[in-house]
Amino acid sequence: MQNNQPEIAIETKNLFIFYGSFAAVSEVNIKIEKQKVTAIIGPSGCGKSTLLRAFNRMNDFVPSSYVTGEILLQGQNLYSKNIDPVEVRRKIGMVFQKPNPFPKSIYENISWGAKINGFKGNMDELVEQSLRGAALWDEVKDKLKKSAYELSGGQQQRLCIARTIAIQPEIILMDEPASALDPISTLRIEELMQELKQNYTIIIVTHNMQQAARVSDYTAMMMLEKDGSRSGTVIEFSETKRIFTNPKDKRTEDYVTGRFG
Amino acid sequence: MIRKTFEHEIQHVKDEVLLLGSMVEHAIITSVETLKKRDIKGAEKIITEDIEINKKRFAIENQLMILIATQQPMAHDLRLLASTMEIISELERMGDYAKGIASINVRMGEETLLKPLIDIPRMAQIGADMLHRSLTAFVKEDVEAAKAIPAEDDEVDGLYNQVYRELMLFIIQDPKTIERANWLLWVAHNLERVADRVTNICERTIFIATGEMSEIKGTDDEFQTK
Repeated sequence: MQNNQPEIAIETKNLFIFYGSFAAVSEVNIKIEKQKVTAIIGPSGCGKSTLLRAFNRMNDFVPSSYVTGEILLQGQNLYSKNIDPVEVRRKIGMVFQKPNPFPKSIYENISWGAKINGFKGNMDELVEQSLRGAALWDEVKDKLKKSAYELSGGQQQRLCIARTIAIQPEIILMDEPASALDPISTLRIEELMQELKQNYTIIIVTHNMQQAARVSDYTAMMMLEKDGSRSGTVIEFSETKRIFTNPKDKRTEDYVTGRFG
Repeated sequence: MIRKTFEHEIQHVKDEVLLLGSMVEHAIITSVETLKKRDIKGAEKIITEDIEINKKRFAIENQLMILIATQQPMAHDLRLLASTMEIISELERMGDYAKGIASINVRMGEETLLKPLIDIPRMAQIGADMLHRSLTAFVKEDVEAAKAIPAEDDEVDGLYNQVYRELMLFIIQDPKTIERANWLLWVAHNLERVADRVTNICERTIFIATGEMSEIKGTDDEFQTK
């Protein structure tokens, strides 16, 4: 018998994220499906980026931050004591709002992470593969030794994506990956996401609702709790087509129709 | 309230749909009135006025397209704009039925009516009334009304079957009446279709309000099977 249950890439269980005594994010229980794009949307300050960064323990860099509850990657809690956060970040890569290539050549931007992670294969092949995967190869194949800073913003962002996929993560987190880019570069990144999801699970935070509607399969709507605690939570999590045509929660409806506030 | 401009535009579209609806309602009623009186000039006027109905429909369609392109409607707004696109097309087709009745009137020329019109004006009256209330339900997004109105289609279907049987009797008794009977049969058929299209408007209204797309059962059968 065929099992039609969707495969889950990562799951949160009763997740709270604290900065000191302040719970920035409360009680999140979501299951992110494998090889799908999941968007996190919501008004500013509702904890979208905090939640995203919890998925690869980037919040660890904020001294007072800690979580309660669990984030499970293949059944393993990422916050267990025996887990190495560096290993977590290898499995769960991240692309940021502003492209942040290293001040090195295009080639080295890809090879560096792989080297650190003990890659022993053919580096030229890996670089080409990664750049092709990020739809950048044709534009840079003749100038791999040039500085990454010579690339345009859109190209730099795709280089950062190439750098992320070079270490073959399972999940790619994207925090507003196109907000600093022009519309054409934005569409290129969006198209790229559709190709990337053939192999990777993608979680994206975006302020651009049309972008969430275009690129994602599932959408998590975040909002501050009604109790005045200023703590954010996921108020609705559903298929994107449902969120944008017939959401269940009135607050989601108000947000996606632009009547929030 | 944010999106004041958009809200205002939506209200404007709804007003235009009501206006289109009242033009169609008027066409349906007068098409049968002029037939009853054998007023050919009046019928010709209805045919000319149908051009205005078509123009109004395209004008609303254009407004809707602009709103979709510029406002990126989502959720309820999206359902409303997409469904309004459907509704105006239903209205335009209803206008065509009235125009069809007027054309029959013109084609009948000097011929007299085969029989006095009693059930046919009744069908027009019920159909136009259903149409009027279905558009009120649309504007108010009144789901209860939208669910109740289609049931009245049964009465129109009943009248249609009655007219049909009556006209068949005329033909059987005197085959020379076949053409005049056929004209009236077409008139009744057009009116029966008007009521069916009202049901479609009601279905859209329910969809706009609830997001549930479902067909209201049994209203699309012109011949009732017992």
